Amino acid sequence: MIRYIIRRLLWGVALLVIVAALTFVLFRILPTGNPALLRAGRDPQPKLVKEIEGILGLNKPLLVQFWDYLKEVFFHFNFGYSYYSQESVKSLIAERLPATLSLTVGAAVLWIVSGLTVGVLSALRRHSFADRVAMGISLVLISAPEFWLGLIFLYLFASDIGVVKIFPGSGSYVGITSDPWKWFTSLIMPWVVLAAGSAAIYARLMRGSLSEAMREDYIRTARAKGLPEKDVVRQGVRAAINPIFTLFGLEVGLLLGGAVLVETVFNIPGIGELNYKAIQSSDFPVTQGTVLLAAMFIILANIVVDIAYAYLDPRVRYS
Amino acid sequence: MSAAASSPPGEPLLRVEELRVEFPSEDGLVHAVDGITYQVHSGRTLGIVGESGSGKTVSSLTTLGLTRRQGARISGRILFEGQDLVTLPEEQLRAIRGNDVAMIFQDPLSSLHPLYKVGKQLIEAVRAHRDVSKAQARARAVELLGLVGIPDPARRVDEYPHEFSGGMRQRVMIAMALANEPKLLIADEPTTALDVTVQAQILALMERLQRELGMAIVIITHDLGVVAEMADDIAVMYAGRIVETASAARMFAAPEHPYTWGLLRSIPRLNGPREEDLVPIPGTPPSLISRPSGCHFHPRCPYAQPDHARIDPPLEPVPDEPSHHVACLLEPDVRRNLWVQLRAGSTPEQALAEVEPPVAPA
Repeated sequence: MIRYIIRRLLWGVALLVIVAALTFVLFRILPTGNPALLRAGRDPQPKLVKEIEGILGLNKPLLVQFWDYLKEVFFHFNFGYSYYSQESVKSLIAERLPATLSLTVGAAVLWIVSGLTVGVLSALRRHSFADRVAMGISLVLISAPEFWLGLIFLYLFASDIGVVKIFPGSGSYVGITSDPWKWFTSLIMPWVVLAAGSAAIYARLMRGSLSEAMREDYIRTARAKGLPEKDVVRQGVRAAINPIFTLFGLEVGLLLGGAVLVETVFNIPGIGELNYKAIQSSDFPVTQGTVLLAAMFIILANIVVDIAYAYLDPRVRYS
Repeated sequence: MSAAASSPPGEPLLRVEELRVEFPSEDGLVHAVDGITYQVHSGRTLGIVGESGSGKTVSSLTTLGLTRRQGARISGRILFEGQDLVTLPEEQLRAIRGNDVAMIFQDPLSSLHPLYKVGKQLIEAVRAHRDVSKAQARARAVELLGLVGIPDPARRVDEYPHEFSGGMRQRVMIAMALANEPKLLIADEPTTALDVTVQAQILALMERLQRELGMAIVIITHDLGVVAEMADDIAVMYAGRIVETASAARMFAAPEHPYTWGLLRSIPRLNGPREEDLVPIPGTPPSLISRPSGCHFHPRCPYAQPDHARIDPPLEPVPDEPSHHVACLLEPDVRRNLWVQLRAGSTPEQALAEVEPPVAPA
């Protein structure tokens, strides 16, 4: 098992190098991609551009630039400096990570609890009126784009522009350490909007997975033993949860890399928003840093899911 | 076999009367069980024999109330110690399930929860009906595993089903069924998924446990070898009905129904002549949605007469053998003559030619 984990981690590092290489090349061959040109003012003198290129190290061969970058990232944990604010990318990310973390964790709790509850109840009352309503609503939520849902929520409930002024609106996010209550209220709408689509997907998945499990022979055995129905259902849920857990781990990993749409709509200073702005202004080091961070979260989530699976399902063994 | 088998039976432990189970489906009403009657006494074994789809499993699941939530329409009576299980409220039925009446199933791997240790599954079975501590239930689980012949039970109680072999898994299922010392054990094809040598071990185990615990067994199987080994009485089912019922000895010595003849002649015998061919029953079991008219077996019966497609035979006692019942439209002496021919090795056609004059087409 230890050997398996080490092997997976090494592969993860290799993958990160590949991701770094891809983003590195991609952003440097874009036509608008010369940051020296962008920084040299409105009518740039070629001499000034050359000078700036020299300062940023852009005149070196691409391979050398890439090697310099990798050295800094992997040996000094230094992701470079923003072309614009000169701040270190590391501190920019560290500043933004709590907001993304708050958003993702809160939404994840919300969608897993609500999705699974609705899914279980629907599975146990298949084709009932409540099941049909729940599945109908879930279809709407799956189809609704996050940014659209976000705008609708702001329009309906935001304390500044809303029809019914209940929740703090866009741009109201504060850190949990400065004011926990404000932190909580400002995140309610983003949590709901981010969780809605996933909750709907989980509800449908759980419904399918559990109704399948409830037809298994071991459920018949559980009933034949004379177990109370709630214990019978628990056995079904235990078997139905595994595939959902896999998806959950990957999705959380993905969101930790930044929930771009929701962060942008609600103006939450998170990783997604940082990345979005960096791409707009061709701020390579920042983009590169956020992309690497996102890739790292996804790779880690994959490894965690695979390892956890060995505990969730005793039949799975790694060597 | 056991003492109870030779003593004159009193009130039966289980008495099924005119049980009918139907399932509505998109294609029509499935007549899974069509008015069957049988009984089992404590300490005795009833073998229910038939092809797949003959209704034998559904009738047993219904005994435990396990077809209720599938939307089955159930009528008739299932009297267990005088209580009618068909009308018993779910909560009272649950108290009987796994306690007084236990069941084991065909495929022990899929019948055990793959993600729980066998110990946990056994403990659950004990604690579903007895108010004991987890430690006590666990001790009982270890004891049960030992009882069914699993070596090193104290260690294996903490293993998962996939770590057991097929035979050992079925032993675990049996241990689980015996957790609360049931009065009746229903075994649905308990050996079908197992190797032949393991089959014999499992059957021997069930017989030993029956002797020790004095329980009644209903064994459901398509395998006449299994009932020959285990059963005191046999009921042969076809298309949701019992077509013949008799003591095991009588059933093998003088079967009366052409379907039973077919079943007997389709199993190989070690002491038979080597060149003797196995005779399969032609055709396939009928659809339980649109069953054949008249005698349900007539399309596959080599001896069927034209009016057998019209008349539905009742299950009636055989002349001079009040405990032997058969549902067949052939005349009793014709049946006996046919069986004499068949037992001597004739094919159905030869036997029919031999007995032809009395059964000339109507």
